[in-house]
Amino acid sequence: MRMTDVILQIEDLHATVAGTQILRGIDLTVRRGEVHAIMGPNGSGKSTLCNVLAGRDGYVVTAGRVRYEGRDLLAMAPEERAREGVFLAFQYPVEIPGVGNAYFLRTALNAVRKHRGLEPVDAMDFLALIKTKMEMVDLDPKFLSRSVNEGFSGGEKKRNEILQMAVLEPRLAILDETDSGLDIDALKVVADGVNALRTVEHAVVAVTHYQRLLTYLVPDFVHVLAQGRIVKSGDKSLAAELELSGYAGIAAAGAA
Amino acid sequence: MSTAAPKIEDLINRDYDAGFVTDIDAESIPPGLSEDVVRLISAKKQEPAFLLDWRLKAFRHWLTMTEPHWQNVRYAPIDYQDITYYSAPKSAGDGPKSLDEVDPALLETYEKLGIPMRERELLAGVAVDAVFDSVSVATTFKSKLAEQGIIFGSFSEAVREHPELIQRYLGSVVPTSDNYFAALNSAVFSDGSFCYIPKGVRCPMELSTYFRINAAKTGQFERTLIIADEGSTVSYLEGCTAPMRDENQLHAAVVELVAHRGATIKYSTVQNWYPGDKDGKGGIYNFVTKRGVCDAGAKISWTQVETGSAITWKYPSVILKGDDSVGEFYSVALTNHYQQADTGTKMIHIGRNTKSTILSKGISAGRGQNSYRGLVKVMKSAVGARNYTQCDSLLIGDRCGAHTFPYMEVRNASATVEHEATTAKISDDQLFYCRQRGLSAEDAVSLIVSGFCKQVFKELPMEFAVEAQKLLGVSLEGSVG
Repeated sequence: MRMTDVILQIEDLHATVAGTQILRGIDLTVRRGEVHAIMGPNGSGKSTLCNVLAGRDGYVVTAGRVRYEGRDLLAMAPEERAREGVFLAFQYPVEIPGVGNAYFLRTALNAVRKHRGLEPVDAMDFLALIKTKMEMVDLDPKFLSRSVNEGFSGGEKKRNEILQMAVLEPRLAILDETDSGLDIDALKVVADGVNALRTVEHAVVAVTHYQRLLTYLVPDFVHVLAQGRIVKSGDKSLAAELELSGYAGIAAAGAA
Repeated sequence: MSTAAPKIEDLINRDYDAGFVTDIDAESIPPGLSEDVVRLISAKKQEPAFLLDWRLKAFRHWLTMTEPHWQNVRYAPIDYQDITYYSAPKSAGDGPKSLDEVDPALLETYEKLGIPMRERELLAGVAVDAVFDSVSVATTFKSKLAEQGIIFGSFSEAVREHPELIQRYLGSVVPTSDNYFAALNSAVFSDGSFCYIPKGVRCPMELSTYFRINAAKTGQFERTLIIADEGSTVSYLEGCTAPMRDENQLHAAVVELVAHRGATIKYSTVQNWYPGDKDGKGGIYNFVTKRGVCDAGAKISWTQVETGSAITWKYPSVILKGDDSVGEFYSVALTNHYQQADTGTKMIHIGRNTKSTILSKGISAGRGQNSYRGLVKVMKSAVGARNYTQCDSLLIGDRCGAHTFPYMEVRNASATVEHEATTAKISDDQLFYCRQRGLSAEDAVSLIVSGFCKQVFKELPMEFAVEAQKLLGVSLEGSVG
């Protein structure tokens, strides 16, 4: 495969949170068109990795580098990363009272479009665009006029994340345990949303604790994260193997 | 780290747009306050004897009063002898007959401020009475309003042309002895706006007053009196700005609203007085008394967006005298840097089945201190009275403060009084969420804040709502971190 296909390259990434070393040397290469699953037990650094990639405050990179489309990702502000096509589906989407869901999403879309030199989308065109996307994630149109995530159930919040992803069409989507706490129907919606992004131009990094999302979202690669390092990588069969042997065995093998 | 969020402080620090000074010849009297000054003001305005007597009564009463200090604000003592109590643009000598006679420098000032004053503004449907320092400068659309019997213009003019209305209503809602600043205003007020809507008339356009303090060391004491006769309806807008000056300037206005049987008055304010600089130097002291009285079935609705002033001290109130009357108070008060606001409302329920709604949104950033102070009083006679109060505070950063002082006096057991209060902070999570979707930190804060204020903004007339939202964005720049 050509190097130009590499969208994300993580090298020896170390990071601390509140002074505690969480990431201890992550190496990962993601190419366009690929779906990577990152699995691991609680506390292995999965969410930290997501937050470092998205640029959240309080996550301090102490060593290593991350290149996104050949550029230094870590030097970019969070909004710049977003406008350049990095999308994080949040584990705990926040509520923004009084701000309409549709208004918020259109504002976000227009911020991204402006960055790409495109005309802003007006309210009418946006409505047409979002209608089909809402059907895809099976969200009732009434969610458009409600405040962002306010009073949404857990599943509705996650569908809303996938809706945002579908509208913003990121080149690199990072899913932070988007599957946690979802029933099977919602899980399928998440998988469908990701699969819709699955083209030669896009890449997906799906962080998950459980193997069951991967039944619907067949990854090209599976990585096991333990104690801040990727201890094992493989294809989709690795997920099945994990299901049988659990993380403990893999982690022990990796640490050895 | 280079990707760190911009500090709240950087985003809040933005210049005051309306802070220019207009170079204009002004006729001012020397600073100081005495009975002679009161007489001089009255003489300059060629007022009838009843008004001079009224002023003098107020002044004598004021001398016996002491400045109140119960409000939750701090400021250096005001030297009332160091204030100029009358300043008028010279060219306004005997009042302009039309816009053509108004000093072009003045019109330019208003143009800079975006105030509609010209023919083309007819389309905007806003009639404006502009008060520059102490004198009302010009009133647009007067003749069009007169066709329907609506009287709208400067207070001085109303004194000349409709003394009987002035004599009947002036001080009927806010008596001269009401409070320290109202008494001071009653003694020295120089101009203001007057409005009378006849029986059954629905005022066809928004009426608007724009206040501006230009001269240095000048106090502005205007008087607004709005009378809505039986079954009439009027919507009134008030805007305020002032130049940036190092010393504090005093603004002590009085607004009286009279809503007769079945009338509706909607009074909206976007207050953008100079708030002082980021170190707390200068700025307007905005000590204002606003009150309305409702006859049976009448409704008075106050909506205010308070973003300016070094100190804001005001409690737009409604006396629900008549049965089935309604009082509303919708407020957004923002304090940034060293600004202080102690604001709220009083709802006095006297009539049966009277209803009041209070919705207050306080936003504090920088070192701003924001207090809600409200009184809901239900008298014995107010059978079936209802009140709903909601006070929400939003904190930005960790050096500001929000305070709530709700007072309730209920003397009728059939009354329903509800109070809800919340305090929230713009969380890092909300900010990061917005930025991860591509919004700048600044846009994110202004989005979150306007979401917080939405319930109040939707009470504002359309053009004002847009202005208020913009103003809030400007006032808040630098508030993330």
